[in-house]
Amino acid sequence: MSESNEFVKKVAEKKYEFGFTTDVQTEIIDKGLNEDVIRLISKKKDEPEWLLQFRLDAYNYWLTQKQPTWGHVHLPEIDYQEISYYADPTVGKDKGPKTVDDIDPELMKTFDKLGIPLEERLALSGTAVDAVMDSVSVKTTFKEKLSEKGIIFCSISEAVREYPDLVRQYLGSVVPPKDNYFAALNSAVFSDGSFVYIPKNTRCPMELSTYFRINARNTGQFERTLIVCDAGSYVSYLEGCTAPMRDEKQLHAAIVEIVVMDNSEVKYSTVQNWYPGDAEGRGGVLNLVTKRGDLRGANSKLSWTQVETGSAITWKYPSCVLRGDNSQAEFYSVAVTNNHQEADTGTKMIHIGKNTRSTIISKGISAGMSQNSYRGLVRVAKSADGARNYSSCDSLLLGSECGAHTFPYMDIHNNTATVEHEATTSKINEEQLLYCNQRGISTEEAVGLIVNGYAKDVINKLPMEFAVEAQKLLSVSLEGTVG
Amino acid sequence: MLEIKNLHATVGGKEILKGVNLTIKDGEIHALMGTNGAGKSTLGNVIVGNPAYEVTEGCITFNEQNLLEMKTEERARAGIFLSFQQPTEIPGVSMTNFMRAAVNARREYLGKEPLKSTDFLKIMREKRKLVEIDQKLMNRSVNEGFSGGERKRNEIFQMAMLEPTFCILDETDSGLDVDALRIVAEGFNKLRTPETSAIVITHYQRLLDYITPDFVHVLIDGRIVKTGDASLAQKIEDNGFDWIKEELA
Repeated sequence: MSESNEFVKKVAEKKYEFGFTTDVQTEIIDKGLNEDVIRLISKKKDEPEWLLQFRLDAYNYWLTQKQPTWGHVHLPEIDYQEISYYADPTVGKDKGPKTVDDIDPELMKTFDKLGIPLEERLALSGTAVDAVMDSVSVKTTFKEKLSEKGIIFCSISEAVREYPDLVRQYLGSVVPPKDNYFAALNSAVFSDGSFVYIPKNTRCPMELSTYFRINARNTGQFERTLIVCDAGSYVSYLEGCTAPMRDEKQLHAAIVEIVVMDNSEVKYSTVQNWYPGDAEGRGGVLNLVTKRGDLRGANSKLSWTQVETGSAITWKYPSCVLRGDNSQAEFYSVAVTNNHQEADTGTKMIHIGKNTRSTIISKGISAGMSQNSYRGLVRVAKSADGARNYSSCDSLLLGSECGAHTFPYMDIHNNTATVEHEATTSKINEEQLLYCNQRGISTEEAVGLIVNGYAKDVINKLPMEFAVEAQKLLSVSLEGTVG
Repeated sequence: MLEIKNLHATVGGKEILKGVNLTIKDGEIHALMGTNGAGKSTLGNVIVGNPAYEVTEGCITFNEQNLLEMKTEERARAGIFLSFQQPTEIPGVSMTNFMRAAVNARREYLGKEPLKSTDFLKIMREKRKLVEIDQKLMNRSVNEGFSGGERKRNEIFQMAMLEPTFCILDETDSGLDVDALRIVAEGFNKLRTPETSAIVITHYQRLLDYITPDFVHVLIDGRIVKTGDASLAQKIEDNGFDWIKEELA
């Protein structure tokens, strides 16, 4: 099988179609991290004293901590003094632009190119967008229409100004600043992100989405998203992200907090396509993210769906705390790694309430020289009578130089709980490729068919437009991995 | 249509084909018989371009094209089809999606537009009837959970969908009961046009009762050592290969 083995060795340059940069006047503060920088960020955002204190406390805690090393990734020592913590591409505008006409045409063009038109008349039907570049929200669409129903959808900076009590009540209540190293860093320097509040008994009439874009050089992005879904309500939220191709690593350390109250439901979908670095492993985004949902109410529901194709290093575990009785949580994930990418991703399901249910479906796809790990924790507390968890973790290997790893942790303190875990590892083999080739299907297309078939249980959970994007992305991400 | 000259091929460094010469004209059926390990399947694999086999000498032309310079999928699109001896499973890929990709690749080669969904499904339905293959198999992944007989029928079904001009049936009869053999063989006959030619690799006369060969070749130790008409197959069925080996000695 000598010649056919070449398909696993030949890893061609992967195409990344969002690698362009935008030439726009950007105000970037000096590199480095200290109390003065944090005060400056807080001042630029006109923040109240309590929030500045929140940041400073987080920073002082962060100073006492060390970068974690337990992940199955080669996270470089990050020089936090070599990064700028604030970049504003909307400089010169008063507290962010109000109408489309106020936005720099270059920014409009950028988001158009990314398929995210900021003019409402051009938008995908039924999707409201908050577009964030570097440290600042550029524009939030359909804000007025949503506010008719009492729904708040705006940038977190605006929320701090307009709805300080709501933000103060919930910020840090799901992911405390001392949760972990990167959460502390984010809490100290977070810039922009989205804020969503769905009032009681309200079904959000459109998909809400945030699109994150890194543009400026040597700038970290520290987004912060907070979603609160009050009792008896529903919202579906989408997150997308891209970055230019640059030779140096870019740091992205985000926090997403979700609060789900009685009888309400939140769906959170991510298509993560940060720049993964080139074929030799130069550059790429370090994606170090803490995402957690708190199912505070009885009968509440939360599902995380993620398609992860980008980033040089991914370190992320969207988690659920099932506090309310009968609450239900789901985690559906497809993580693709190619070339020198490394992903350590999974979830935590913490069962506290009675009869709580959680489902974990994780699909890892590894190609090139990449390393792809699933890491998941299922914890059932003493109080969680009748809790159930089902976990299924599958790995697909394309080639023999990549790695797939599974680290399932279980911590069960209640005898009435049922916890199931299944895991499989499979490989696209030469026989399957020959079979496809003999029917006239090229190797690239064959891999696309097989990978999309493998991932379809997860892709099917995405909203429709997103699912189509995700399918394309899977094929593009693995282009050149065989043949 | 197909011309093989002095073909030598190796797999894993071992020479299996040691100078095969064979000319197949439009519309001809050639049966290929021989002892186990003689190189019958190797010849089929080399013609379709299985990358595990290396051609060390000789040439193959297909409709005046140098076949050995074409990729596996290009040969398939040009009209070469192999009914695999042991068709593999492709989990996660439905028969329908698989067939659509294959049919459209062949159509593109022939300069035709991709089929519309409704037309495609209609053709699927028609061809399915031809080999009496169950609709529910079409919703499954390729060959996944198919019985041995269902896999063989599925091969002929795919042949029906792709309308190749040159077919290789590699022991399509093995693992089939009498009824399934008849259905598969009759299906093949219905699909044949006056131009379709084929190599039928088999150990038994029973397949050749349905598919009458114009020529029967005996392959021993990597070479075609004897060629005859349909009656040669019957003689082998009755007497085995020893008499041929003795003739050679």
